[in-house]
Amino acid sequence: MSDVRLLVGTRKGAFILTSDAKRQRWDVNGPHFAGWEIYHVKGSPADPNRLYASQSSGWHGQVIQRSNDGGKTWEPVGNKFVYDGVPGTHQWYDGTAHPWEFKRVWHLEPSLTDPDTVYAGVEDAALFRSSDGGKTWGELSGLRKHGSGPRWQPGAGGLCLHTIILDPSDPQRIYIAISAAGAFRSDDAGETWQPINKGLHSQYIPEPTAEVGHCVHHIAMNPSRPGVLFMQKHWDVMRSDDAGDSWREISGNLPTDFGFVIDIHAHDPETVYVVPIKSDSEHYPPDGKLRVYRSRTGGNEWEPLTEGLPQNDCYVNVLRDAMAVDSLDSCGIYFGTTGGQVYASPDAGDTWAPIVRDLPAVLSVEAQTLT
Amino acid sequence: MIRVVLPAHLRTLAKISGEVKLEIDGPATQNSVLDQLEALYPMLRGTLRDQVTGQRRPFVRFFACEQDLSHDLPDTPLPDPVANGTEPFLIVGAIAGG
Repeated sequence: MSDVRLLVGTRKGAFILTSDAKRQRWDVNGPHFAGWEIYHVKGSPADPNRLYASQSSGWHGQVIQRSNDGGKTWEPVGNKFVYDGVPGTHQWYDGTAHPWEFKRVWHLEPSLTDPDTVYAGVEDAALFRSSDGGKTWGELSGLRKHGSGPRWQPGAGGLCLHTIILDPSDPQRIYIAISAAGAFRSDDAGETWQPINKGLHSQYIPEPTAEVGHCVHHIAMNPSRPGVLFMQKHWDVMRSDDAGDSWREISGNLPTDFGFVIDIHAHDPETVYVVPIKSDSEHYPPDGKLRVYRSRTGGNEWEPLTEGLPQNDCYVNVLRDAMAVDSLDSCGIYFGTTGGQVYASPDAGDTWAPIVRDLPAVLSVEAQTLT
Repeated sequence: MIRVVLPAHLRTLAKISGEVKLEIDGPATQNSVLDQLEALYPMLRGTLRDQVTGQRRPFVRFFACEQDLSHDLPDTPLPDPVANGTEPFLIVGAIAGG
């Protein structure tokens, strides 16, 4: 019998939600690290009880926590993130040059095979790796130094590296995404990088089809088809069938193609989920209705999923790392809101119910399927 | 013996209850106190001072003897009542944010 464990990061702590395979009754454990911002918590695929958490605050900076027992106990590990060499500058909001400054870790991505290896996506945007369980961190500086770095500019949330995807079929291949620089791919385990933004069109930058400068909000990949990527851009939902070499728009009949999250059904790589948000100036769902949209055709044709979700007076947001899927049959889908709700669907999105309603604003949700 | 009072979040992080008592070799200064504190509690590295520049984090303040010592040079000797343990060295999270 399998269990599901959700790792939820919020503005004021982390929470661990657990259920059996029915996913009807949940235990809520937390807050861990109460009062701190927890941007992300994620478990190692190689050892599900090895968890990493990014803990930060405006007062005391960045802490990385590690658990070896599925979140029952934690220990602080290394938090020294130093850019390689002379950091240089990126663009500031007003277009002036601004020195690279470490602010926080947005995303932690444990290796698919080694519990002691974990990647960290940070603000100001850079990729770090630890191979000693988080004790020490080194920058994979080929990304930041590949040439376009001085042209990267922060999105409204900061110049953050928020998405890290490891290719299960090719240990040399890594995808990352940065707001607002775009998507990048390495084919040599992070040593060198290339921007993969062909086909993106962003009207909010001077050259709408520029090589870099796109505000990519999130990218998802189904492990069974690692060359196919789905992207929620600032505006536009996009798809690539060639490992990011080119992208095409699949927004189709969505009521708005602005949003943050995107995820893929665990067993059907053509079934994709997004949560449309009204606009970049109104960060809430259209018409006060919280609707997940599902495409069973790999995009373009989308259906609203509403059963169990509030359909009036709902003005929450769903942030970029706050949706996850489990690998049970049928696939469970989860997302958290800035209003503190975590919703679960045990039937691939057909019906929804809140697990909790009143957490602090949810920053991230990850799902672990435990056997 | 130097008495150090940490803000609640850092006491939790370092699993400390109450004051920290430190023995310092040489003059008691902000730097020598913080160096010894971080040596005893490595998880506090980076939470009070930037790990690269060594500068005090902007929302951290150092108070003692009803004075704000935050803007003193970090190698300035601390007041005698702090150095002899009569008064604590207070590390304070500034009142800011939510």
